[in-house]
Amino acid sequence: MEIILALSIGALTSSGVWLILRSRTYQVLIGLSLLSYAVNLFIFSMGRVRTKAPPILSPDAPGNLAHYTDPVPQALVLTAIVITFAMTALLLVVLLAARGLTHNDHVDGRGGGQ
Amino acid sequence: MSSALAHLPIALILLPLAAAALTVPLDERRRTLKAAISVASTLGTIAMAVTLLMAADALPPESPAVACVYMLGNWPAPFGIVLVADRLAALMVTLAGLVVLSGLLFSIARWHSAGSHFHALVQFLLMGLNGVFLTGDLFNLFVFFEVTLAASYGLVLHGSGEPRVKAALHYIAVNLAASSLFLIGVSLIYGATGTLNMADLAQRVPTLAASERPLLEAGAAILGIAFLVKAGMWPLCFWLPSTYTVVAPPVAAMFSIMTKVGIYVVLRLWPMVFGPDAGTSAAFGSNWLLAGGIATVAFGSIGLLAAQDLPRLASLSVIVSSGTLLAVIAVGSAGVTGGALFYLVSSTLAVSALFLLIELIERSRMPGADVIAITADARGDEDEAGDGAADPIGIAIPATLAILGIGFAACALLLAGLPPLSGFIGKFLILYALFPAGDGAAATQPPAVSWTLLAVLLVSGLAATVAMMRTGIRVFWVPIETTVPTVRFLEVVPIVGLLFLAAALTVEAGPVARFMQATAESIHAPETYVRSVMTAPRAARPETEHAP
Repeated sequence: MEIILALSIGALTSSGVWLILRSRTYQVLIGLSLLSYAVNLFIFSMGRVRTKAPPILSPDAPGNLAHYTDPVPQALVLTAIVITFAMTALLLVVLLAARGLTHNDHVDGRGGGQ
Repeated sequence: MSSALAHLPIALILLPLAAAALTVPLDERRRTLKAAISVASTLGTIAMAVTLLMAADALPPESPAVACVYMLGNWPAPFGIVLVADRLAALMVTLAGLVVLSGLLFSIARWHSAGSHFHALVQFLLMGLNGVFLTGDLFNLFVFFEVTLAASYGLVLHGSGEPRVKAALHYIAVNLAASSLFLIGVSLIYGATGTLNMADLAQRVPTLAASERPLLEAGAAILGIAFLVKAGMWPLCFWLPSTYTVVAPPVAAMFSIMTKVGIYVVLRLWPMVFGPDAGTSAAFGSNWLLAGGIATVAFGSIGLLAAQDLPRLASLSVIVSSGTLLAVIAVGSAGVTGGALFYLVSSTLAVSALFLLIELIERSRMPGADVIAITADARGDEDEAGDGAADPIGIAIPATLAILGIGFAACALLLAGLPPLSGFIGKFLILYALFPAGDGAAATQPPAVSWTLLAVLLVSGLAATVAMMRTGIRVFWVPIETTVPTVRFLEVVPIVGLLFLAAALTVEAGPVARFMQATAESIHAPETYVRSVMTAPRAARPETEHAP
């Protein structure tokens, strides 16, 4: 499972970085979104990957912390998702405004034609 | 500790939040009311910040506690989030309040009507800044950082127009990428040490197993990159001039504190986590900071000499100031950091005043006046004379231009670090501490570093002098054009106020320098901070509570 997680984080990050370096604003936006997915998975994995270990104490399970996974990274991921989502939405609005003002979707507003 | 003082850190965050929430639903036409709420909240924030500053200053240097530790939800330190007001935090919060207030007052004359929700965004910015400076938790730092950034995105767009939208697009994209790095860094540090509390982190790093250290150092390096993007260190600073030159001038004045956020985090975390106790990780990355700082000063100074217009001059001054601070902080001795703090306050005030001043100067000039002005032959006859009778336009121009000219000269002296203003004292304190000759103490850094920093500080001062003088001659010593700069009283007040503060720093240099020195010593000896956070007593339960 670790190798799948690591590979998916790597794939998301590399495609995100590739897209950020492209010249069209929409590609940059998608690149930043992919990068944020990679970051969220990464934060999650920093709590150590474990299966069948809930993050919340339950009354019928034994009161030993070894049976639970670390809840803090999962809480951090929730916060990070919310913030990144809001910022991406804002960037989308600015992107549309720039598209309207410059009449093209190049990041510098100077792209030649299509 | 009185109970009112104990609640000041949270009040500093809640007051701007409440003011912002109040101004959002108000109709855009009720600008006076919005401005009144905004100014009142900022004044209240400054009053609370000054109270905290005085409380922090009143503590003796060997005091076993910092001024105030506020536990959110009454959870003790490693588990809950704490707000910590020590000397450094109180100083930064006060500075942020003053800079935001000056931008705000300036904007009331005309800029705040250039777009909607200006005052709400300013208050959110103030709330985020206060949170960043006060929090004692890494992830909470991220949250407040994002609050600040979100408000700054709105402020960059204030006034709209194609250049601002384009600059905002770049600014947001760069900062979103930096925020991703921030999150990666924070989670790596959590993965290595198992804590997000700064004080707890400082306790755990010395005992960290060797196998976890690469993870911690990688996390710290990535986190550092996120902050150095904000601080504008050389290879990461290309977004800065293009953004700061196009945003509305009062916004640019407020943003002069934004680069200092990056500097603040370096000052706060680096000596605490990678202090002398950190074992093999001690002083991790200091060479990078030093080299990066020097490269930043070089980039900024060359840019200053090449700058053709005033806004670019001011934004490159921001970069020079950041670079100087980073290079000097990297030396890692308390004496030098004390001088750096003095320089930080002085240069923030100066850059802020310069951004405001530039708008007034530009207003009096025709577009393209830069090119025409090169042919200016001699001093304009209406320079500072009072003989309005011979002057067909009247006394208004000389008086206005005299104020603008004096203000510009003061900014130039402050930024170049020439006597008699506080920029000189800041640089002098840094240089004095770099060469501890009289004290008999051994220099903590190799002499090559000291001499390099001496050269960097002096040459950057020379470059700033040349650039500012050339621009000043082009702008002020020309025959006056037909356009009369209409400057309102409210627009001059913040500039004069900021420069007055810089002058006050000079007059009161002794006590201020002593305060900065005490601050620097507490930064480099974080035991007091760590102990007061980790052992802060929980608030007692109210007596009136009844069991159900």
